[in-house]
Amino acid sequence: MIIFDLLGMLLTAYFVGFLYYGLYRNITARFQRRIGPTVLQSFFDSIKFFSKDESTSHGWMFYLGPVIMTTGAVMTLFFIPFFYESESFRGLSQYGNLFVVLYLIMLGPLGNAMGVGVSGSPFAAMGITRGLTRMFAMELPFYIAVIALMSINHSADIATIAANQTTINAFAYPLLFIGALFSFIAMMGNSPFDVVGAPVEVYSGPAAEFSGKFLGLLMSQSSIMSFAKLVLMVNLFLGGAGGFIELLVKTFILFLFVIAFGSIYGRFKTPQSVDFLVKVPTAIAVAGLLLATLGGQ
Amino acid sequence: MQEGFIKEGFTQESLLDETHLKEQKQMESDLNSDTSHQSSVDYLMNWFRKRSIFVLAYGTGCGAIEMPPTFTSRYDAERLGIRGAATPRQADVIIVSGYCSYKTLRRIIRTYEQMSNPKYVLALGSCTINGGMYWDSYNTIKKLEEYLPVDMYVNGCMPRPESILEGFIALQKEIAEGKASSWQKYEENYEFYRKNQEAVLGSKVAPAYDADWYLYDGGL
Repeated sequence: MIIFDLLGMLLTAYFVGFLYYGLYRNITARFQRRIGPTVLQSFFDSIKFFSKDESTSHGWMFYLGPVIMTTGAVMTLFFIPFFYESESFRGLSQYGNLFVVLYLIMLGPLGNAMGVGVSGSPFAAMGITRGLTRMFAMELPFYIAVIALMSINHSADIATIAANQTTINAFAYPLLFIGALFSFIAMMGNSPFDVVGAPVEVYSGPAAEFSGKFLGLLMSQSSIMSFAKLVLMVNLFLGGAGGFIELLVKTFILFLFVIAFGSIYGRFKTPQSVDFLVKVPTAIAVAGLLLATLGGQ
Repeated sequence: MQEGFIKEGFTQESLLDETHLKEQKQMESDLNSDTSHQSSVDYLMNWFRKRSIFVLAYGTGCGAIEMPPTFTSRYDAERLGIRGAATPRQADVIIVSGYCSYKTLRRIIRTYEQMSNPKYVLALGSCTINGGMYWDSYNTIKKLEEYLPVDMYVNGCMPRPESILEGFIALQKEIAEGKASSWQKYEENYEFYRKNQEAVLGSKVAPAYDADWYLYDGGL
């Protein structure tokens, strides 16, 4: 039954996502030599927000913002298979390929931009502007890497790309992997590319006007989306996963790398992050693309 | 608070050692509270509210200087689930940190009214209790509770981060027991607070507070 399959995927992403975010805060705390919150802290936060009232309204479009964003996250998750050769936990992936996923990843932020726009909050508008500016830059190296993978495998099917790796793609095509990894750090909203929700600059940016249940919804979608992106990256570059344990280990290693990277570097300004993403990772990814396609002939 | 907190803890070498962890356990056991009179749903909701507190640290006076150490590595309030909030919409607790002039009071009231229910007020220092050293000042308020409902006072001039943490633990205990309900008090006795606010702010008082905003223009 596909319904149970989808529900299983959603619940896994929800709980593992929150667990990872709890670990993120805990590990960052250890980096800073303090005890830090419990692993379930992010989960507590989200439940607390669901138990609060809203304090404001800017009309129905304002409320649709988080809903569209959550829809985007959940749909992205459904089109990414968890395992490369398994009947279960593959969701809707047989109905849509990598192109659909790349489109859906961008759907949420664009929908949220409309919802946030009607709130009229200058900080929210600044956050959205920063997000969209960064998005154009971070898509570039990631898309180049993904296009290269698709042309190498002669397929846009995620499960096929995941299953086709005798040596995992990260080692077989290191330049593509490095280029995509920079984009991935930006996609996860991590330092040094965390310009969108910077709390001391734009007061949490797009989330500035949201309170109560809608903030809880935004937190939930962000943990689901993070897990979806981690699974996508594992499928594309780390050889996919045959079972749950392999999936958790691989996603966690990737996540740990992103955390560690973010703990070391400070935040770029928006133009700096765009400059960097358009120059360095893009150049690396283009070099990887040329090497992979020319070397194959 | 415990003796070890001041004497032994928090030298660079002893971070994350046994003393520190013992202290953490002590503080968490302080959180145990009498919740027998609540229904199970209320109990659960209050438990989550207790464990997750987003703080809007409003630096009105000298007390603001005690807040950065409370929230950063040295005293690490995040281990009790207490962390800073970026905007009033996301906050649960507003800290009024010290004396407030009339000019600041206006902003505090506007900020407090933007927060979403349930919300709590934590007042730092003697100045918020009885005026403190500003007892005869011409432009500061003397008792904060005449203008806003206060859930918890932290005494001192200024209270150290240890006291602030203890104030938070006391507040968390009240939240868990369902006793921290100042936002209801504000809505029920709004005329009283409004009268006091108008008396000091005159024509510059904030627009009237609608707890039932969703029934009016701009609502659903």
